[in-house]
This record gives sequence, structure tokens and C-alpha cells, in this order.
Amino acid sequence: MDLSLIIMQLFSGIALGAVLVITALGLTIVFGMLGVVNFAHGALFMIGAYAGLYLASLTGSFWWGLLLAPVLVGAFGMLIEFVLVRRLYGRSIDDPLLLTFGLSYILVEGVRIVFGSDGIPFPTPSQLIGVVDLGVGFFPKYRLFVIALVAVVLLLLWLMLEKTRVGLIVRAGARDPQIMRVLGVDIGKVWLAIFGLGVGLAALGGVLAGPMRSVNPEMGTLVLAEAFVVTVIGGLGSIVGAVVAGLMVGICISMVALFAPEMATIVMFALMAAVLLVRPQGLFGLKGRA
Amino acid sequence: MTVQSTGEAPSLSQSRRLFAVLSDHRVLVSLVALALLPWLLPSKALAVNVLIYGVVVMGYNLLFGYTGLLSFGHAAFFGTGAYLTGIAISRWGLPWFAAVPLAIVASTVLAALIGTISTRTRGIYFSMVTLALAQLVYYLALQASSFTGGENGLRGFTVDRINLLGWQVNFLDPVNKYYVLMAFAALALWVQSRILNSPFGAVIEAIRENEQRARACGYDVERCKLIVFMLSGAISAIGGSMSALHLSIVPLDSLHYQTSGMIVMMVLLGGARSFFGPFIGAATFLILEDVVSLWTPHWQIVVGAIFVVFVLFLPKGIWGTLLDLLPFARERR
Repeated sequence: MDLSLIIMQLFSGIALGAVLVITALGLTIVFGMLGVVNFAHGALFMIGAYAGLYLASLTGSFWWGLLLAPVLVGAFGMLIEFVLVRRLYGRSIDDPLLLTFGLSYILVEGVRIVFGSDGIPFPTPSQLIGVVDLGVGFFPKYRLFVIALVAVVLLLLWLMLEKTRVGLIVRAGARDPQIMRVLGVDIGKVWLAIFGLGVGLAALGGVLAGPMRSVNPEMGTLVLAEAFVVTVIGGLGSIVGAVVAGLMVGICISMVALFAPEMATIVMFALMAAVLLVRPQGLFGLKGRA
Repeated sequence: MTVQSTGEAPSLSQSRRLFAVLSDHRVLVSLVALALLPWLLPSKALAVNVLIYGVVVMGYNLLFGYTGLLSFGHAAFFGTGAYLTGIAISRWGLPWFAAVPLAIVASTVLAALIGTISTRTRGIYFSMVTLALAQLVYYLALQASSFTGGENGLRGFTVDRINLLGWQVNFLDPVNKYYVLMAFAALALWVQSRILNSPFGAVIEAIRENEQRARACGYDVERCKLIVFMLSGAISAIGGSMSALHLSIVPLDSLHYQTSGMIVMMVLLGGARSFFGPFIGAATFLILEDVVSLWTPHWQIVVGAIFVVFVLFLPKGIWGTLLDLLPFARERR
């Protein structure tokens, strides 16, 4: 096997993993704060891809789609939290999960009504068509852009959480919402914002993935399973875990695709099963939470 | 119980006694209700589907309703039950009475494998892990196409007659089919009732109510969860076998996440943690699907919305809510 081919496949894996990281991050941040796992996360990823596609064709520019879709879908996520999920705090942990599952049904069917059941091609933005010479081989510009953008988003998220007052409130709220309430913080607003952020990240993942995989109403199912695998491997609620596990799963999938393409989807589930047998709480999860 | 002073007391205690008798013979009562089903529903085909999914959801109810474990991967056991029944009949030429037990055993082994991994986790993790592992089974079946038929599903076997102790039953007749399949449902109902009445049934409910306390009482919670996971998978596999005999094909979708989700919807619509609720839930879902798809192909949006309303306002489902209206039913289900 050619070494440069392996290195190129490694890069592909990182690009794939970058999208997984962004998507799983949205899931894990919401869980860390609200204790809610959003089963509509995959459907909202799909909505993000469609919104990006629609806005790009409306404005004539991919960049507007990339910018606006996460914001608009994130706002839609806040609406979901405000109208539906909020009613279920304090009830069984299964209830928000069941609710968002029902919601995913509605969202997928809604997209089928508006855009039809068939897949739609998502054109790569003209500026990013073509390849870059990396010395060891040629690599698609778009994938390189995805890796870079995800790195920037991760850096911004880290700065927000670790270096700002808002981040301090968010981190403290994840530890003990009761105390935050006593200290006069309106934790309801924080939860609203975090839910919107999580959904916005799913939508961003959807827009970024658009040109790399076909856009269709069912794409969310596999994405949901992938995001679950990544968060379970990394440890639910752990941001570092989501980043490490996302890249790990992405690289794993594209490496296996090189040698045994039919096993590519299966390998990530096997990886998850193996991690669970050794560390049920995930690589970076806290014990007792699993 | 307080002393009752009004004149309606005797009638209340009478209906209480009636209810007690009915719930003591819940398997028999359920079978009577199921025997009448084909004559109450608009079509025999619908009745067969209600029977099949009722059994699948009943098995799932043991895990979700009674033990409180929300699995999102039960299609794995339904589908494996169906596939193994079909494969045993078509590829290995086995008769149905050998194929069905084989399929149930195979599904139970699969449940042991998935259960070993998933019951190591708790709460939301459990839902995510069961979903992922069931998708693993789905993709394995998709890839092993020489064995399972891949994307086209398993085809090429017909069950046109069933040999009942030398008596050939024409299985193409929908009424015959329904009552033959009801024998499987009877077995499933009896097993389920037996489990729930046993001390083990009390332990799984204790785990649902308070896992830590159950552990403090000396029960091996992990082992009980694994056992109930296997039992639940086995009962759902009975439904899978019924489905394979009924359809004479096994669609790949029977292993898909959508099917797992449908099972969850059915149990919640009917009423988790009630004995007959799964059949009510299966009937509600399938009737909704039939009726709504008459005027729009997008029936899923309506069913999804109804499900969301149930989660918000009727978390006990139709049957559970009705039982709650009976003042004396709350203590016994």
C-alpha cells in the first residue's frame, strides 16, 4: 500500500472527524448543562444541511448559508426548548428524550413535505473547488477548509467557556444549578441559550457535511448514531472527550474504508462496544455518571 | 380502607371484586379480547399486525415499562427473530415448529451480547448504547447479503400451510392465520404474566422505583437487568417469528432504528407498565397509520405530533390513563 495514500486517507478521516466533533459537541454540551439528550439532534443536523442549501441558493453564496443556517436553526432550537423541552424539567430523564424523538419524526416528515424525499446535491462553493498540494499528495480544498473552520470554532468555544464571565456561569450552572439560582442567575435563560447553541452546532455540522455527503431527509439517522457513538466513547458531557473521540472515530472509519470498505460503518460501533467493556463511563467521562 | 356510608358502596366493592377477578385472570381476559379483535377491526390484515406488534411491544414493555430501561434498539430482537425464522425455513428447510424456537434462542443469545454491554451503563447512556448496537446489527445484516438478502430483505420462502400435529391448516386464509398466530401470542402472554407474578417480577419493579435501594436489599441489580433484557428480547423475538410466518418475507427495515422507534411509540401510546397496554398501543399506532395515510402520504408528521402530545400530557398512555380513572385499579395492574 502506498504511504501517501494512507496519509491522504488520514486527512480525510480528520475532515470527517471534524464534522463529527462539531455535531457530538452540540449533543454533549446540552447534556452537560441540562442533563437532556436531544434525540432530534440528527434531524436538526439534517435541517441545518437543508437550511444551508436553501439559504445558499437564495443569496447566491455558500458563505451566507454557512453563516445564517446555524443561527436560524439555533434560534429554532431555542423555540423548541422554550415551548416543549422546558415543560419536562424535573420529570423522568426519559421524558425529554421521548419528546425529542417524537419531534425528530415531525421534522423529518416536514422536510419531506417541503423539499421532497429524494436527495439533493449540495454544490461545493466555487472558491473551494479543487485540490491543494500537501507535499505528500493532493487533498480537496473543501475538506481542508472544514478542518480549519472546526479548529477555529473549537478555539472560540474554548475561549468562551474558559475565559469569559458567561462561560463561568455556564460551567458553574452545570455543576450546581440550584446554587446559581440562589446567587441570582436566571438559569432558565442560560439553559435556553445552551440548548440553542447545541442545536446551532448540529446545524453547522449539517452545512459543513453537505458538500461531503448527499443531503436527504434520512441523513439524520446515521448522524444521530454517529454522534451517540462519539459521545459514548468520549464520555457524555465531556468536551475534550467529544473532540478526541470524534477525531478517533473519523480516522478509524476512513482507515478501515481503505482496506475493507464494507466494514467502514460497522467499525465505529465495534469501537464503542470495546470502549464500553473497558470504561463504561467513556474515555473522559466521570465515574458514576455512566 | 375507610368505612363507606353511602348506598353506592356495595356496587363499588362489587366492581372492585370484578376487577380483581379480571386482573387475576389477565392472560385469559387478554386472550378473549384478542380473539374478538379480527371481528372488531375493519380488516383481518390489520388485526394480524396488531397481534404481531402487540407481542413485540409487550416484550419491550417488560424492559421499559416494568424495569424502567428505555432501550432504543429493540428492532434488533424483533428483526433477528424474523430473519432467523425465515432463514431456517428457506435456507435450511426446517419446519416452522423447529424454526421458531431456533429463532427465539438466537435472539436471546443476541440479547445476552447486547445486554452485557448496554446494562453496564445507566440512564440516558443505556438508550444511546442500545440504539448504536442495534444499528450495528442492522449494518451487519445489510453487509451479509448472501445470508440475509441485504437491501432487498429475505425472500424466497412461503408459508402456505402450517402442520399442527398432522392437521394441515391453510395459512393463506387470514382468519386461520390469525388464530394460529394467536397461539404464539398466548404463549407470550402467559410467559409475561408468569414473570411479572414471580419474585423476579417484583425485583425488576424495585429496580425501576429505586435502583440503589434494590441493591441495598441485596439484589444483584446488574444480573437482574441482564436477565430481564434477555427475556424481553426473547418475547419480542416471538413477535418477529410471527411476522416472518405472516409476511413470508423479512424486510431489512425490520432491524432499522425506525422500527425500534415505532416500538417505543406504541408502548407509550398504549401505556407502559400495563399488561394489556401494548396491544392498545399497537392498535392505536397502526389504525392511525391506516387512517391518516388515506388523506396524506405524510402520516408520520401526524403520528409524531400525537406522540409528542402524549409525552407532554398523557405519559401513561391510553390504557394506563383509563386504568387510573378506576379508583381501585391503581393498587393492582
